[in-house]
Amino acid sequence: MSDLAPRPRRRLLLAAPLGVAALGGLGFWYMLSGLQNGSFNPRGVPSALLGRTPPDFALPPVEGMSHPGLSSADLRGLARPVLVNFWASWCVPCIIEHPQLMALQAEGVPIFGVSYKDRAEDARQFLSRRGDPFTRLGADPPGRVAIDWGVYGVPETYLLDRQGIIRWRYAGPVTAEIMNEDIKPLLRRHA
Amino acid sequence: MIPELGHFALAMALAFCAAQMVLPMLGASTRDARMMAAGQPLANAAMLSVLVAFICLATSYAVNDTSVANVVQNSHSDKPMIYKITGTWGNHEGSMVLWVLVLTLCGAAVAAFGRELPSVLQARVLGVLGAIATGFLLFILFTSNPFDRMWPPAPDGQGLNPLLQDFGLAVHPPLLYLGYVGTAVTFAFAVAALIEGRVDAAWGAWVRPWALASWAFLTCGIALGSWWAYYELGWGGYWFWDPVENSSLLPWLASTALLHSAIVVEKRGALKIWTVLLALLAFALSMLGTFLVRSGVLNSVHTFAADPARGVFILAMLGFYIGGAFALFAWRAPAMVPQGVFAPISREGALVLNNLLLCCIAAVVLVGTLYPLFLDLVAGRMISVGPPFFNLATLPLALPLIAAMALGPLLPWKRAALWPVIQRLWWAALIALGGFGVALALTGAKFWPALGFGLGLWLIAGAATDIVDRIGLFRQGARIALARAKNLPRSAWGAAIAHAGMGVTALGIAGMGLATETLVALNPGQSARFAGYEWRFDGVRDAPGPNFTARRADVSVLIEGQVAFVMTPARRTFPVGRMTTTEAAIRTNLMRDLYLVLGEERDGGAVLRIHHNPLAPWIWLGAYIMALGAGVSLSDRRVRVAAPNRRSAAAAA
Repeated sequence: MSDLAPRPRRRLLLAAPLGVAALGGLGFWYMLSGLQNGSFNPRGVPSALLGRTPPDFALPPVEGMSHPGLSSADLRGLARPVLVNFWASWCVPCIIEHPQLMALQAEGVPIFGVSYKDRAEDARQFLSRRGDPFTRLGADPPGRVAIDWGVYGVPETYLLDRQGIIRWRYAGPVTAEIMNEDIKPLLRRHA
Repeated sequence: MIPELGHFALAMALAFCAAQMVLPMLGASTRDARMMAAGQPLANAAMLSVLVAFICLATSYAVNDTSVANVVQNSHSDKPMIYKITGTWGNHEGSMVLWVLVLTLCGAAVAAFGRELPSVLQARVLGVLGAIATGFLLFILFTSNPFDRMWPPAPDGQGLNPLLQDFGLAVHPPLLYLGYVGTAVTFAFAVAALIEGRVDAAWGAWVRPWALASWAFLTCGIALGSWWAYYELGWGGYWFWDPVENSSLLPWLASTALLHSAIVVEKRGALKIWTVLLALLAFALSMLGTFLVRSGVLNSVHTFAADPARGVFILAMLGFYIGGAFALFAWRAPAMVPQGVFAPISREGALVLNNLLLCCIAAVVLVGTLYPLFLDLVAGRMISVGPPFFNLATLPLALPLIAAMALGPLLPWKRAALWPVIQRLWWAALIALGGFGVALALTGAKFWPALGFGLGLWLIAGAATDIVDRIGLFRQGARIALARAKNLPRSAWGAAIAHAGMGVTALGIAGMGLATETLVALNPGQSARFAGYEWRFDGVRDAPGPNFTARRADVSVLIEGQVAFVMTPARRTFPVGRMTTTEAAIRTNLMRDLYLVLGEERDGGAVLRIHHNPLAPWIWLGAYIMALGAGVSLSDRRVRVAAPNRRSAAAAA
């Protein structure tokens, strides 16, 4: 008698892998159909923020760096369009895009950085080692501001026009092609 | 003509595999010996057909046939011959052909070496393998045909991704596929056992060599991938917790657990349902990796060209194989009565602990990899999970795993006491503690690297204790010990070697925790001091290659004013792919790597990044030692052909 009671529970337990796999499969299926109709995109294009100003926020500077921090007030009434770049020292694609950021900075494009889920000393080391493209640099160790912006992952780059309206967003490393074919024409258009 | 032949061979293979799926399965359920016997020749025929297709594709690459779309997209006439050929599997379509080739090779191997198997079991295993191969061949033929022609032919190809023009990456995918496909064989065994409704010790003995072989290949493949990242990405790191890396680590963790739990099935007849589930999981996780890499749902630097239509096909296949297998599991597993109550302190208890910890680590990695995707889907929020999470979450699980790894093999089966085992390990503990203390003192109280040294030494000393203990080196004198060493089962040697290999890897990782680096800007003739060497920058020059141009720096490394050796880091620019790669110069003496990267150039001078990576090569060395352990274990006749179980095998048949 006693072994009858646990039996249904055991049956349920042995069906658990099927349930988990089915749920996972369903999720993946939604992702794939979303990929096809554009509602799901891991490179995260149609941001809810496109054509709008970024949410209110204020980030302190990265400890030990001379850059001022970054807040939403700094993104209004700009002299020229700016890039806002979310990055981290632990992120490999950030290394890939770094030369492009340096090149843009050399051309005089202001780049505002957000140090995402990073330790101040690691961020400092990264920039002193590879060069520092940023005009302002806010520290976002919990990644809270990144969530408000809808950042998918690092690196992610936004282009804001002179009114501070988000005009363009790209999740993933800014390659030379993206820089030449997307960013530069946009900078010219919004200049 | 050759591409058409290849295409036709693929279609032939599909027909053979479909027959291999149906006939032996039907034969097994109706106990029709002739239908069951059809499995072996069909498996061989399928293997030969896919081999022909693969050779045709490789030939198209070798002769740079620009009427084949796949060649045009991924190759170029300027490429060195070796990379033309390795380019065959450097792209989505070609790699799928290689995948199926390995799968059918395994099928042929089951047909050839599995003569000891009961014919019903062998027929069902071949049937499942045939079903998997059928799915993948359909996938290739309908969504990613590598032999598609284009007209008019392109003047030349577009070139292979320069990052992939590299020896490490040429060998890495085949090894990894051997590992992934090996999990397909254990999966087939598990499904056959579920259909049969019986798992016995003999089953455990047959599954173990396949699990071991697939684990060894996965280990080598992952190590090679990590080594490639180390020298090619020019960053000095060796593991980035990238989703694609994670998806190769997951099946490794599952098959590590599987090959340990299969021992319990073989020796004690317990943990049967769990082992079957692990075999299903290992394959499910390696398929999940395939899906994530090829469907485009992930955002990673490693992914193949993404195509959602392919993703839908792979997902449908996954649903069929994995969903089907789990449904079969939910239906048939309750009938398998769990048996063998055992004490927590015993060899099997230790193996259960090993399984629990490995599965927890796998769960953590899986959640960390998939959580951002699912959160995005469910809540529309986008987050990313990086190394800080993985390091923090896996470390507390890895520490007890390593601590118990040295204890486990010393515990006897059934019932044991912890205290005598700890007594036998006292000197290993002493070495580990000593290593920890010395490392702490020498490194200036860096806790984690020192702990790594302690744990690495603990594993190596623990493995040595196991062997010394078994041969009775200190109890009976050298001559008897030598004789006993010869008679010691190779599987015991293999286990000790693999555990020691893990220790070597731990030492390597600990050493990398002490890595230092510096950035110097030098003009020709100037030098800098770093890591006890003098680094003299002699200049940068152009160094043209077959299909790239390069800037190469000459840096003389001086010891006490004498030039010891010259290092030549370079930066390559590939005009066809418009890409630049860094070629780090690495000088190793096995105790440390000197790792030199060429940075920007400014008016004749250059920026150099110098890394000093203590014990870095040990990370990969350890992995190869682990694989060697698996090889030694496989060479044990009893593991290979399940000899001691021959009688029970005959009984089962």
